[in-house]
Amino acid sequence: MTISPDQTVWFEFGFIRISSTLLFTWLVMALLVLLARWITRRLAADATLSPWQNLLEVLVEGIQGQIRDIARRDFAPYLPFVGTLFVFIATCNLLAIVPGFEPPTGSLSTTTALALCVLVAVPLFGIRRRGWRAYLRDYLEPTPIMLPLNLVGELARTLALAVRLYGNVMSGAVVGAILLIITPLFFPVLMHALELLTGIIQAYIFAVLATVYLAAATAAHDLSPHASSPSSSGDEGRIHEP
Amino acid sequence: MDAALLIGLVSIVTAGLTIAIGTIGPALAEGRAVAQALAAIAQQPDEAATLSRSLFVGLAMIESTAIYCFVVSMILIFANPFWNHFIAAAGQ
Repeated sequence: MTISPDQTVWFEFGFIRISSTLLFTWLVMALLVLLARWITRRLAADATLSPWQNLLEVLVEGIQGQIRDIARRDFAPYLPFVGTLFVFIATCNLLAIVPGFEPPTGSLSTTTALALCVLVAVPLFGIRRRGWRAYLRDYLEPTPIMLPLNLVGELARTLALAVRLYGNVMSGAVVGAILLIITPLFFPVLMHALELLTGIIQAYIFAVLATVYLAAATAAHDLSPHASSPSSSGDEGRIHEP
Repeated sequence: MDAALLIGLVSIVTAGLTIAIGTIGPALAEGRAVAQALAAIAQQPDEAATLSRSLFVGLAMIESTAIYCFVVSMILIFANPFWNHFIAAAGQ
């Protein structure tokens, strides 16, 4: 049994090796890009919408609403990044019901790449919003002694982000395979349905956590740590735009 | 006992123990979290959307500790680097 689609190699050409992960990542990306191009080519502003445009509007507005609820401030800069993460991961996890498709999110390489995107995006958004000094001073809060802990925390949450997504998707596949050996007929179907639910929830969690990290990095530095969690109000840390 | 047998034995036992012990904490924590969230929703049904969103995020973060245990035990069983090393050494 293989626990990673990295190990399935389609063809090898010199040092270039096309594994399942790579192939299906590009397939999902091509699918998303082509679908989005095809739908947005003929957008309508009047009362009659095509069903596809309706779907996209529901998706975009849903993500916008979630980001607005969590970040509680200007959500426009986060939308492309967080929305792309959500749509990509959700598509990968949902396509797992297609026979022969191995979700790329079930590989630690893909999830690490996604988590690294978040790791890089957090300082970028923070610095662009607040400037170098204000952002970097956050690492010296509450005292400069905490600097190593803050740095380690940054890395640890990136690792947690990657392993969480990988573990959830991989565990679905492995549990499905094990159940297929024990009870071939009925239970694997149920587990597969559960896996679809888990896939959507994990995509949501990934996007929410990315938003929380971005919102925490772009908030004012006197924000208390728990105020950046999605459950709290966060209003006291708002940046008042001129 | 030769090295491969010892490694196989320890890997399998440790994988079982990892899942068995590692899921106790997350299970208790998730139970508590859900119970508290239901109590909060019963008190304030209007806030159900916010509460359930926080609950989902919290549950996923709690559950990830159990998932780490699962990943470690899967690595021990299916992709054990020490086992692979000794099998490769024995094959030569």
